[in-house]
Amino acid sequence: MSGGFAQRAREALGNQQLHIALDRTTAQLVVRRAAGLASLEDADRVRDRARASKMQLLHTLADSLRAFEARLVENGARVHWAETAADANRIIVEIATKAGVRRVAKSKSMASEQTHVNGAFERAGIGVVETDLGEYIVQLAGDRPSHIIMPIVHMTREQVGRVMAQRLAVPYSDDTQTLARYARAQLREEFLQADMGLTGANFGVVENGAICLVTNEGNARMVTTLPRVYVVLMGIEKLVPTMADLDRFLKLLARSATGQKLTAYTTLVRGPRRSGDDSGPDQMHVVLLDNGRSKILAGETAEILGCIRCGACLNACPVYRSVGGHAYGDVYPGPVGSIVTPGIRGLAPFAELPSASSLCGACREVCPVRLDIPRMLLALRHEAVEHTRQPAALRMGLTLFARVASRPRLYRAATAVVRRVLRSRARDGWIRRAPGMASGWTRFRDLKAPAAETFETAWRRRAAGRTS
Amino acid sequence: MIAQLFPTCLVNEFHPAVGMSVARVLERLGCSVVVPEGLTCCGQPAFNAGFHDEARRVARHTLRVLTATDGPIVVPSGSCSDMLVHQYVELFRADAPAADAARGVAARCREFSQFVAERGGAPASMKTPARVAYHPSCHLMRGLGVRREPLEIIASIGAQSVAFDEQEECCGFGGLFSIKNADISASMMDRKLTAILASGAERLVSCDLGCLLHLEGGLRRRGAAIKVQHLAELVDEALE
Repeated sequence: MSGGFAQRAREALGNQQLHIALDRTTAQLVVRRAAGLASLEDADRVRDRARASKMQLLHTLADSLRAFEARLVENGARVHWAETAADANRIIVEIATKAGVRRVAKSKSMASEQTHVNGAFERAGIGVVETDLGEYIVQLAGDRPSHIIMPIVHMTREQVGRVMAQRLAVPYSDDTQTLARYARAQLREEFLQADMGLTGANFGVVENGAICLVTNEGNARMVTTLPRVYVVLMGIEKLVPTMADLDRFLKLLARSATGQKLTAYTTLVRGPRRSGDDSGPDQMHVVLLDNGRSKILAGETAEILGCIRCGACLNACPVYRSVGGHAYGDVYPGPVGSIVTPGIRGLAPFAELPSASSLCGACREVCPVRLDIPRMLLALRHEAVEHTRQPAALRMGLTLFARVASRPRLYRAATAVVRRVLRSRARDGWIRRAPGMASGWTRFRDLKAPAAETFETAWRRRAAGRTS
Repeated sequence: MIAQLFPTCLVNEFHPAVGMSVARVLERLGCSVVVPEGLTCCGQPAFNAGFHDEARRVARHTLRVLTATDGPIVVPSGSCSDMLVHQYVELFRADAPAADAARGVAARCREFSQFVAERGGAPASMKTPARVAYHPSCHLMRGLGVRREPLEIIASIGAQSVAFDEQEECCGFGGLFSIKNADISASMMDRKLTAILASGAERLVSCDLGCLLHLEGGLRRRGAAIKVQHLAELVDEALE
C-alpha cells in the first residue's frame, strides 16, 4: 500500500464514483440501524449487559480461553494456538497438507484477511475461494475489502458486472439478480468440490464450546458441513461466556450491522460429525489467534477487543464516509480500524490513523457495546507523541502554546502580536490566504480576522465605566 | 447569584460580541457576571493532539484561576466545557490534588445553553421570528449530552428551527483536525453547508464558535450569504 493515510484520503476524496457508492450505502445503513435498535425492547439495558459481560470476560481472558479449549476438546475438535499471523497460516496450511486438501472454500473471515491466509494457500499449491458474495467479488477483482460487513461498498454494480464478465466469461450485466446468479452457479460447484472449509467466528461460547457464525447468504452453513475438513480461525477475543450472552450479542450485532432483527442464517457448530450424524466434517480444528491482541489487552485500548465487528461505527463516521475504507491502509477501516490497526500492526506506520478523526463521537454513540472510541483515539495520539516522530512545527507550536497560555501576561502580549499580523492581512474583516499552519484553513475557507479589541479589554472597560 | 464567565480563547480573540451577549443574558437572568482575571485557553488543542504535558501545563493554570472563584462557571462553548468537565479529570489521573480541583471545577461548569435552561429558560421579552438552522456541535451533544436545551431556547424566543439533512453529523471542524486533515474537514463542511443552505434557514446558529468560524468561513468562500450567530447572540437580540 503506497503513501500514507493523507495521500490515500486525498485520492479517495477526488473519486466521485466512490462517493456515490459510499453515500448511498452508509446513509441507508445508519437509518436501518436506528430502526433496528428501536425495535429492541430495553435496548439500552441489553447494550449495557452485553458490554459488562464482554469487559468482564476480557478481564479474565486467559481463564475463559482455557475453559473454552476444554469444551472444544470434549466436543471432538482439535485446538491450535497461533501467536502470530505467520503461525496461524503455517498451522492451517499444515492441517490442509496432512489431510491432502486440494481446494478450500472460505466463508467471510476478518481474521483470515488479517493473516493473508489466501496467499499462504496459494504458495502451497492449494486452491482457495471466498464464498461470501462480496468477498468473492473482491477476490475476482484482485481488490481489497473496504468495509467490515460490506466488503465491496466501494464498488458500483457496473464495476462488479465488468469484473464478472472478464473473470467468469459471462455476458456483461449490471442487474444485481443476474450477477448474484452468476456467482451462485460458480460457488455451488466450489462448495461441492472443496475438501476443506475455513471460517472465522463471530462468537465462541465458553460454556459449551460452540462456534457461532452469522451470514445472510447461508454460505457459512455450506462451508461448515460439506467439506471433510473444517477449520475455524478466530481471534482470542471473540468469546462470550454463555448462550444467554450470545443471545444478547446476536440481537445487537444484526441490528447494528444491517438493522435486521436476526441475520438470515445463524450457524452454531459444536464439533465434527458424530456417529449417526447425516453430515458434517470428519475433522474440526480451531486455531486461536493472538497476533497482537494480548499486547492490546495490556494497554490503554484494551476495550477495543470488545468490538463485535458490526461496522456501525464506519457508517456513522463522517471521515469514513468521506474517504472510504481503503484509505485506512489495512483490513479494519473506520474508527475501529484506527485503533485495531495500530494495535496489531504497530503504531509507527499507522500513527496518522488516530488523528484522522474530528472526535465527533458518533462512533461511540452507535457502538452496540458502547466502546469509548474517542477516548482510545486520544490515548493513541498521546502514545504517538511519546513514541513516534511528530511534525517539528506541531511539536514546537504546541510547546510554545503551553508556555505562553500558562502565563496570562505573556499570553496577552503574544496574542496581541498575532492579532495585529492577521488583521493586517484582512479585508472586510476576513482573510483569504493565511500564512504558516493557518494556510491549511484558508485552502478551503476564509479566516475571520481577530477583533480589534479582545472581549477581556472590552469587558474591563465596560466594568470601569459602570463603577466610575 | 455570581456567575463566572469563561469567555474562551476563540470568543476573546475573534468574536468578543458573543461574550458581551452572554453577559447581558446572564445579567437578565439575575446573575452578577464576573470574568476571572488571567484566563487564557483551556488547553484542548494540545490535549487533542496528544500533547498531554503541554495540555496539563495550561490546565493547571486554568484550574488555579477558576478554583480561586465561586459560583457557576459559564462557558459559551460545548467543546471547551467538555474539556473542563471530562478531560481535565482524565489528564490528572495520576495527580490526586489536581484531580480533586478538576472535579470541583467540573461540577461548577455549565455550557451557556445548559445554564440558561437551568435558570428557567431564556429571559427574552421580545420575539425574534427568524428561521434558524441549529447546528448541534458534537462535544455539546455527545460529550455533555445537551440536545434539547438549545432547541427549547430557540423556540422560546419565537424563532423557528428548521430541520436539515443529517443535522447531527459533525461539521468537520474538530480543532486542529481542520488544519491537519484540511481536505477531509472541508469535505465534511461541504456536506453540512449544502444541507443547511437547502433548508431555507435565514440564520445558522450554534453553541460553539469553532464550528461557526469554520462554517462561516466556508459560506463566505462559496459566496453564500446567511447570517451566522452564536446562540447567545440570538437570545441577546431578543432582549429588548
